[in-house]
Amino acid sequence: MNVKININVNGTKNNHEVEPRTLLVHYLRDTLRLTGTHIGCDTSGCGACTILVDGKAVKSCTMLAVQAEGHEITTIEGLSKNGSLHPIQEGFNQEHGLQCGFCTPGMIMTAADLLSNNPKPTEDEIRHALEGNICRCTGYHNIVKSIQYASKKM
Amino acid sequence: MTATTGYIGKSIKRVEDKRFTTGKGNYTDDIQLPGMTYGAFVRSPYANAKIKKIDTSKAKAMPGVVAIFTGADLAAVNGVPCGWQVNFKSGATMKEPKHPLLVADRTKHVGDPVAFIIAESREQAIDAMEEVTVDYEKLGCVTNPAEAVKPGAPLVHDDIPNNICFDWELGNPKSEVNEAMAKAAHITTLDFVNQRLVPNAMEPRSYIGSYDPVHEKYTLYTSTQNPHLIRLLMCAFVLGIPEHKVRVVGPDVGGGFGSKIFHYTEEALVTWCAHKIGKPIKWTSERAESFLMDAHGRDHVTKAEMGFDKEGKIVALRVNTFANLGAYLSTFSTCVPTYLHGTLLQGLYTTPKINVDVTGVFTHTNAVDAYRGAGRPEATYLLERLIELGSLEMGMDPVDVRLKNFIPPFDGVNQPGYQTQVALQYDSGNYEGVLKKGLEIFDYKEFRKKQKEAAKSGKLLGVGFSTYIEACGIAPSAVVGSLGARAGLYEVGQVRIQPTGKVSVFTGSHSHGQGHETTFSQVVADRLGIAMEDVEIIHGDSDSVAFGMGTYGSRSLAVGGSAIVKSLDKIIEKGKKIAAHKLEASSEDIEFANGKFTIRGTDKSLSFGEVALTAYVPHVYPKDLEPGLDFVSFYDPANFTYPFGCHIAMVEVDQETGKVELKRFVAVDDVGTVINPMIVEGQIHGGVAQGIGQALFEGVEYDEDGQISNGSYMDYCMPRADDLPMFETASQVTPCPHNPLGVKGAGEAGCIGSTPAVVNAVIDALWSGGKRVKDIRMPLTPERVWNAMQT
Repeated sequence: MNVKININVNGTKNNHEVEPRTLLVHYLRDTLRLTGTHIGCDTSGCGACTILVDGKAVKSCTMLAVQAEGHEITTIEGLSKNGSLHPIQEGFNQEHGLQCGFCTPGMIMTAADLLSNNPKPTEDEIRHALEGNICRCTGYHNIVKSIQYASKKM
Repeated sequence: MTATTGYIGKSIKRVEDKRFTTGKGNYTDDIQLPGMTYGAFVRSPYANAKIKKIDTSKAKAMPGVVAIFTGADLAAVNGVPCGWQVNFKSGATMKEPKHPLLVADRTKHVGDPVAFIIAESREQAIDAMEEVTVDYEKLGCVTNPAEAVKPGAPLVHDDIPNNICFDWELGNPKSEVNEAMAKAAHITTLDFVNQRLVPNAMEPRSYIGSYDPVHEKYTLYTSTQNPHLIRLLMCAFVLGIPEHKVRVVGPDVGGGFGSKIFHYTEEALVTWCAHKIGKPIKWTSERAESFLMDAHGRDHVTKAEMGFDKEGKIVALRVNTFANLGAYLSTFSTCVPTYLHGTLLQGLYTTPKINVDVTGVFTHTNAVDAYRGAGRPEATYLLERLIELGSLEMGMDPVDVRLKNFIPPFDGVNQPGYQTQVALQYDSGNYEGVLKKGLEIFDYKEFRKKQKEAAKSGKLLGVGFSTYIEACGIAPSAVVGSLGARAGLYEVGQVRIQPTGKVSVFTGSHSHGQGHETTFSQVVADRLGIAMEDVEIIHGDSDSVAFGMGTYGSRSLAVGGSAIVKSLDKIIEKGKKIAAHKLEASSEDIEFANGKFTIRGTDKSLSFGEVALTAYVPHVYPKDLEPGLDFVSFYDPANFTYPFGCHIAMVEVDQETGKVELKRFVAVDDVGTVINPMIVEGQIHGGVAQGIGQALFEGVEYDEDGQISNGSYMDYCMPRADDLPMFETASQVTPCPHNPLGVKGAGEAGCIGSTPAVVNAVIDALWSGGKRVKDIRMPLTPERVWNAMQT
């Protein structure tokens, strides 16, 4: 039996009926069509689906849509404000922190959580924070630099 | 004279980033078509099993199920062929079992699909999958290629004796190599495994097939590196459907690394089934399926010997490899261990006698094909491990031994290309240059002092080198055709000047992270003397791009970029005629520079935009000239390109735990002329990381039942951010003499060079502590390193 949910995503209230087993990532992608949040694995290992739940980085494949009831969700689509890029998004462009772009939304959301708690992280702290996100393209070098760029800018 | 606005050689920020950093990328799984259904596969849990019965009746009655297909339904559909024919030494054709879209009678590896379920939702398809019952008779299996050729080993295909697909040999006759080897003062021997890897592009493979009955047209959206190649293979060889009625789109693709080159059975199946059921079908691989089904890389079992004279000059190289091909032949599987591996065994050295013998072997495993570097990492690993181990054994410095053996510098213009013993002719190179530059950055002499000091206090530091070469810019069609390729390997570039002077470029290359939209725009804007913003790069759609062979083998700029340049040359040539007519001059007197057509020696000129407009509004126009400014060019390269470089790894090995810490990684790469240094560095970083992954972390483990025992991101270890240091990169530029941009290719270099550098560094660290270990099987996990130290 379907369940009614009310979820605030990127500042917009959404009311939908979902199957109780629906993962939050599927709800975001299939129902809300916010396809910037990606699915890269089945075991919460890759971090491509990372979003912010009440400002904290969460892998949206580890959460059911019904568990997001009443919470504030931010996805990659909701990060930039008034048409200008968020400093982390800008940093990824300036420092070439992405290639294929598939892991990028998750990386950026993880970085957003890191920088909100630790605005001036060391290289080691950045690398440690990114442990749960896999990038196969960049070797992480430029992702670290992108986050350092944002840290300076924010 | 060529116009320039100075875009070449600049680290222009990528134009594609905006969509990817804001969540607006458009990957195949992001696409939803009206009425779309979802597919799921029932896959064999056994490596080798007879299918006695499949019962789909219960599943068919499940909610939302639209159709279920099994192998019996596909009797009239061909299997997927291989794209490269390698012959036996005897001249006989290789054994080529076709790869069925669904297995009807006997499964050949874990994951082989036996039924395809289509339902209205993904969840319904998966629910129904659970209700299909298959009665299997499990049989014995073999996963190691060296075991599979032994008499009595279980057969993958009953009609293929000893599981041998082909045997193959290249280089000098064995007798000559044996003779040279017999005279060697020292022979270094390695028996080793170049382990199987999973490419693991972050975007799982995803396909949407659809059929429009009104226009009788198929569309396939596919996460591919080469849409046209998929269309050709699928139409002509598998489904027998008309190519002009098939559109193949490769939208944004989340990484490939080789694994998305090949025509996969699922692509043909969703296309075929969409026609049958009259609805679009999407199938997106789960990660667990990716481990089972995405073509793997490497998997060589090798014995290699390098003979040296007493000064440390290499006198001979002898290589014997069993290459695992898996159960079925993937598109380029057969050329990887042969023409992309054996041909690279000259390395950077003047080795006078080389023989390589490769046996391609079927096993009850997933297919093996090109993975970043494809054959060249295997060749480089073998050479660089041997030369460095040989140096240690002979008590010589590995740098000195390399310098003694390097082919001297040649530019391919004033000095001829270098003819190897293994068929290739290198284009240009300065091999000692990259090594010397690397030594300087690394501060080698200082390191050796520190290493000695550290060893005294029981700390194991090591340095490892890898001086590599690769063949890319793949490839001259006539050459590869004579070697068995069933395709030409040219590229197509169309440049359409719009009436207002804006430029649309259609390329057969496909970008899945390489940044073509930026780099190609730089080339076009530079040549035409216009702003980059006035150029749009269109790729990945067989309905808009004339044709294409796609992106792999570090070929996009060297081959695809050259095709674009060819079209640009034609545009400038035609533009001169148009300008000459309008300016009432002879076209020989018109020069084109900085976006202007000018009568030489005068200030009379027309802008590029004015000429473009005239081409489309041809009121004052040469009589014998067609209107329009739009050219398609096919560029077939004259030779491969040969990037090379020097990678230096520094490690510390923990004596107590065997854990390897990578402290520094220096990469000096010569990829020819560089269009965008930022993008080239990014490619090197990523390649280096993957190569380090092979050395320290990654490797597929098959158990005795043919199950992958580490088939998930919980178990298969890829490098993470905190496993790697910042990389120290530098470049040297030796232009390619045979293509118009002088470029060689950068996509695979990092992955080819880095692996042996890391392993050599670990071995060097152990020797510094008096532990004369010859080899440790990759990946060099703490357990393996610790065990090696105990013996």
